[in-house]
Amino acid sequence: MAAPKKSAAKESGQEKAGSPPDLSQEQELKALRDMLLIRRFEEKAGQLYGMGAIGGFCHLYIGQEAVVVGMQMALKLGDQVITGYRDHGHMLACGMEAKGVMAELTGRRGGYSKGKGGSMHMFSLEKHFYGGHGIVGAQVSLGTGLGFANRYRGNDSVSVTYFGDGAANQGQVYESFNMAELWKLPVIYVIENNRYAMGTSVSRASAQQDFSKRGASFNIPGKQVDGMDVRAVKAAADEAVAWCRGGNGPIILEMQTYRYRGHSMSDPAKYRTREEVEKVRHDQDPIEQVRNRLLEAKVSEQDLKAIDAEVREIVNAAADFAQHDPEPDPSELYTDVYR
Amino acid sequence: MPIQVLMPALSPTMEKGNLAKWLKKEGETIKSGDVIAEIETDKATMEVEATDEGTLGKILIPEGTADVAVNTPIATILADGESAADLAKAPAAPPPKAEAAPAEAKTEAKAEAPAPKPAAAPAAPAAVAAADPEVPEGTEMVTQTIREALRDAMAEEMRRDGDVFIMGEEVAEYQGAYKVTQGLLQEFGARRVIDTPITEHGFAGVGIGAAMAGLKPIVEFMTWNFAMQAMDQIINSAGKTLYMSGGQMGCSIVFRGPNGAAARVAAQHSQDYAAWYSQIPGLKVIAPYSAADYKGLLKAAIRDPNPVIFLENEVLYGHTGEVPKLADFIVPIGKAKIARPGKDVTLVSWAMGMSYALKAAEELAKEGIEAEVVDLRTIRPMDTETVVNSVKKTGRAVTVEEGWQQSGVGAEVAARIMEHAFDYLDAPVARVSGKDVPMPYAHNLEKLALPSVAEVVAAAKAVSYR
Repeated sequence: MAAPKKSAAKESGQEKAGSPPDLSQEQELKALRDMLLIRRFEEKAGQLYGMGAIGGFCHLYIGQEAVVVGMQMALKLGDQVITGYRDHGHMLACGMEAKGVMAELTGRRGGYSKGKGGSMHMFSLEKHFYGGHGIVGAQVSLGTGLGFANRYRGNDSVSVTYFGDGAANQGQVYESFNMAELWKLPVIYVIENNRYAMGTSVSRASAQQDFSKRGASFNIPGKQVDGMDVRAVKAAADEAVAWCRGGNGPIILEMQTYRYRGHSMSDPAKYRTREEVEKVRHDQDPIEQVRNRLLEAKVSEQDLKAIDAEVREIVNAAADFAQHDPEPDPSELYTDVYR
Repeated sequence: MPIQVLMPALSPTMEKGNLAKWLKKEGETIKSGDVIAEIETDKATMEVEATDEGTLGKILIPEGTADVAVNTPIATILADGESAADLAKAPAAPPPKAEAAPAEAKTEAKAEAPAPKPAAAPAAPAAVAAADPEVPEGTEMVTQTIREALRDAMAEEMRRDGDVFIMGEEVAEYQGAYKVTQGLLQEFGARRVIDTPITEHGFAGVGIGAAMAGLKPIVEFMTWNFAMQAMDQIINSAGKTLYMSGGQMGCSIVFRGPNGAAARVAAQHSQDYAAWYSQIPGLKVIAPYSAADYKGLLKAAIRDPNPVIFLENEVLYGHTGEVPKLADFIVPIGKAKIARPGKDVTLVSWAMGMSYALKAAEELAKEGIEAEVVDLRTIRPMDTETVVNSVKKTGRAVTVEEGWQQSGVGAEVAARIMEHAFDYLDAPVARVSGKDVPMPYAHNLEKLALPSVAEVVAAAKAVSYR
């Protein structure tokens, strides 16, 4: 499975001494805006959780924004996205509305699941977002099934199936890999390696720490990607999408990324040092990288601030809606159990 | 206006905590994401990150303060261009930020007002089952095995709807481990009749994913014993997604295969899962007995927009029965039937249990006891009405199942009879079931572990005080 290695993106990357191909300024601005939206949304969600407005589990995506934003830039209408429980970023990247997502977090009737799903269980058929799944690794088989449906129907849609370094150790992941390659299903397995499965570091949980090789025994090609650099993610995503649309079967992208916050809101994150977090944030922050490139390219501070302001307005409006929208009507208790 | 930083909750159960340490001083610049303080509870120490940018204006709660209530303002942050003079503009504590209102209001209500009574849950909607279709007078009846009836049901539905396909172990080239899918590969091809690897957890998930994308898979488990590997996908993904998505995303899928005891295959291969799956709202569970019901219910299951658990029985595959020769014979899900009318005692059963119940009814008839045999056919949604109406007539009931007694389907039937027909009962409901042991291998022990006609007869007599 040499194809991805021979790809144009990789070659052009090598020509430029390891840095991935540039994005257009328009793409950079869009990436900045989309990543900022996720970051500000998640910060606000953390704040609302702290105020008791959001209950249960709340897993924030802060630090990992470049992964979903870069992937989404390579997709077209009809491609499906599915992920685990750290899902707010994926939904926003898919174009789901911030207020519907936030209202689901607060358990209100205007939420994407009418308040019945919560942080970990949200869906949008319209945006081809298939959840939002709370059981670690379950989405991998389901995402493989989405790819199966594409192949059954003979369309050229691709299933983008996200999971983490922790889920990568679940058995059904390998059952799915086997079937996906056997039946040449169009599935991009995006392994978001943020280095910790809750409190367990990759080195303490994984015999093979190079997740791009996790499909090797099924002949599924894989690639490690700098998941903090949206350009690198976009380039790898383009390649992977072309591979899948070309009928070559599944492909694995290991996104090397990092979450700044705890596993969930109630995780004090004592398994790593503050210095480690600070270093990633200082050296590799996905948003700062784009912002610095834009400033270098002479985009004005003022223009960037305008993006900031726009994003804050969306997030504030979402938070406001999410706290004032009524809870579901009691009659909703028994709806949607069966069709 | 200056922004207030509130004492955060680390979990939904936290009400107060200690402010251990300030990591920023008044006047220091703060960026979103900066750690500004540490708070601790009895369970954890946690960093408080700023979500707003500006300058730390005033620390309202000094470090070392214990038992700070959640949502108490602990500091103010000045935005760009604001100065200490603006601090006065910040509302006095406890000054709910407008957007914090609902949560704070809730907290206050908890502290000061008596807790409001929890709203009563609305009544659950009653399941309404459609009536059995009339089989028109003079309809030709075809005698066929249950195996053939199942095959015909699938083939008819696959002809009717291109989104229906079947996947499972040995369903295609081998023609089915129990030959239920005989001929399907030849008619429909490998695109729609799909051999899977031995990978129940994985292919159940793949089937469910395909169903979420709008296809209508039939997933065959070689036996239901192996589906325990797939339990999480069946329950958590297939059974709950419609609800969790607020009705957006359903899952039209049938899981089918032989359930319960076969013969001499011992503990791991002889288990009845009717009770297990019937506990799950979001799933439908069907366990037919007659050949006609097998066919009509499988067709209904394939058309149903919900996930359906279809429990077959290996011993019954070779049994023959009369199936109406109709272009489209559908038996409604959720409707029990009176398999044998009677007036003295009600025998409630389903699936393989029906063979004991019907034989017992014959034995009882010889002794002048007319047993009415109710075949549930569907376990969820359960047709309580048919059972209760029968019990109101007879005043006595015995449940018959191969599964275990504890938390079993018979226990559920007994509870419903108690709830709806207590005043009509002339005796406590009796349960005949599989014995409370793993299935033994030895021929004699296996026989003892399963219910018997004699046990049903004895139970019916006991509740009849005869």
